[in-house]
Amino acid sequence: MKSTAELQTLATQVRRDIVRMVHAVNSGHPGGSLGCADYLTALFFRYMKHQASPFDIQGKNQDVFFLSNGHISPVYYSVLARSGYFPVSELATFRKINTRLQGHPTTHEGLEGVRIASGSLGQGLSVATGTALQKKLDSDSSTVWVLTGDGELQEGQVWEAVMFAAHNKADNMIVAVDFNQQQIDGSTQEVMGLNEWTSKFQAFGWEVLEMDGNDWVSIDAVIPAAQSKLGQGKPIVIIMKTEMGQGVDFMMGTHAWHGKAPNDEQLAQALAQLPESEHGDY
Amino acid sequence: MKHYEILGNKDTRSGFGAGLLEAGKANDQVVALCADLTGSLMMNAFQDAYPQRFFQAGIAEANMMGVAAGLALGGKIPFTGTFANFSTGRVYDQIRQSIAYSHKNVKIAASHAGLTLGEDGATHQILEDIGLMKMLPGMTVINPCDYNQTKAATMAVAAMNGPVYLRFGRPKWPVFISEDTPFIIGKALMLNEGTDVSIFATGHLVWKAIEAGHILASKGISAEIINIHTIKPLDEEAVLKSARKTGCVVSCEEHQRHGGLGDSIAQLLARTEPKPQEYVAVNDSFGESGKPEELLVKYHLDTPDIVEAALKAIARKG
Repeated sequence: MKSTAELQTLATQVRRDIVRMVHAVNSGHPGGSLGCADYLTALFFRYMKHQASPFDIQGKNQDVFFLSNGHISPVYYSVLARSGYFPVSELATFRKINTRLQGHPTTHEGLEGVRIASGSLGQGLSVATGTALQKKLDSDSSTVWVLTGDGELQEGQVWEAVMFAAHNKADNMIVAVDFNQQQIDGSTQEVMGLNEWTSKFQAFGWEVLEMDGNDWVSIDAVIPAAQSKLGQGKPIVIIMKTEMGQGVDFMMGTHAWHGKAPNDEQLAQALAQLPESEHGDY
Repeated sequence: MKHYEILGNKDTRSGFGAGLLEAGKANDQVVALCADLTGSLMMNAFQDAYPQRFFQAGIAEANMMGVAAGLALGGKIPFTGTFANFSTGRVYDQIRQSIAYSHKNVKIAASHAGLTLGEDGATHQILEDIGLMKMLPGMTVINPCDYNQTKAATMAVAAMNGPVYLRFGRPKWPVFISEDTPFIIGKALMLNEGTDVSIFATGHLVWKAIEAGHILASKGISAEIINIHTIKPLDEEAVLKSARKTGCVVSCEEHQRHGGLGDSIAQLLARTEPKPQEYVAVNDSFGESGKPEELLVKYHLDTPDIVEAALKAIARKG
């Protein structure tokens, strides 16, 4: 098992991948990707029981992860590649013609690690709940993990799924809400000010935990706490506070880098803050 | 003109309910979801037989489509059940991304399609669903014509791998396809061989086409009547072979003229061998409340409309 220091180094490498991928095609979503780099690194390298190769799209008898906010594909692709789902070198094809690393994740080109398309928001929790129920039907005791954005919670379908998951006691599922409080048009408070997520999920019958998704002490306390709540009749959600753009100072504290790529100078500035490790750039 | 005995008078949705139960018996991976319309979709028998494999989705169709995709992802064969309107337009993006683009093995069972659900009116009478669904890459679109064919189609789609839109209706309708007629997805069913005009019909209008065939025969016209139960993939070979033989075409469907079976046939003929074609379909209009038979008359989907369309098509052969 990797030490926390090793995971932190890996998360920094993931952040390098993110800014380099987005810069290379002058498009993509670095802000949310950087904010979720620690959480996804922790999941894929410490907490999830999963097999990268050979990849089983059905995910039988292993933990499966669903990215509902598909626009943060850079962090997802980087973590998948560095977990061994597909070659790290393939990150260089992100968003380019004939790539398997489409702008938003898809199963369409057969990219290992991806089990459903996402990008149009609000659908991932429904899909994940379906898979959670499938696992129960098949007496498969592994866990379904989901990441969703906080702006995404404005989609009505999410609340249909929240109701449905509680009603069906989908207690084999741990959802993280990326509570970065930013969306394209501004802060979530400005766009649609309804941020009391803990009491909302509790009112719907969910087990709710809160975590700082950029603090490894918090991550290593809260994820095991969430896992200890599995199998107790309630779906579980972690309200995960993150900083959009985490790790690159000029991308933090603003929604400006939600879907904007750095130029050459900004890339150099970003990479200077993210030291390359023994993992190496793609 | 071949005579078809009426074997009964049953709703196609009951054919779905019976087929679903059989599919569930044949394969324990078959599961079902319904958005608060279990009785309307005739899914009670499945629910009673396999309560663990039945999920009540409540009045939340978008979530139901996503949950179905998630169940399929892990190897289940889910059937979703709601009215055709709420199976398509209401949840188009969910179907597009989570089911079609993700190629998930979900069977979208859509009842109360077309005008013939009757009195509920236009909010519930979708006439655009075939078009919406056939536009989705990789989606199979099926519209069976009677109870027996719907039952057989339900069992057949459970046995195939890939997303399917299965459309059927509410009213009691003549049953004339024999129970032992095999249902082959994508294969047109020849109902009457003829030489003067090809009538391609789907869904409830297949029976109307047979009635029209008798009237045409009494006028000395030999109509070839072909049941296109699978609108996508279209049995192009069967359509072309018949159109070549008769030289003119009538398409019949309980759907908008835009985007339905007729358009699929017209596109095929335009690409290959153009032929005069007449549409029996709703012409860019919503439906309204009324009895099914009254609606078919008012919206020109009745037997005399098919006869008239056939005569026009023949006259245009020149």
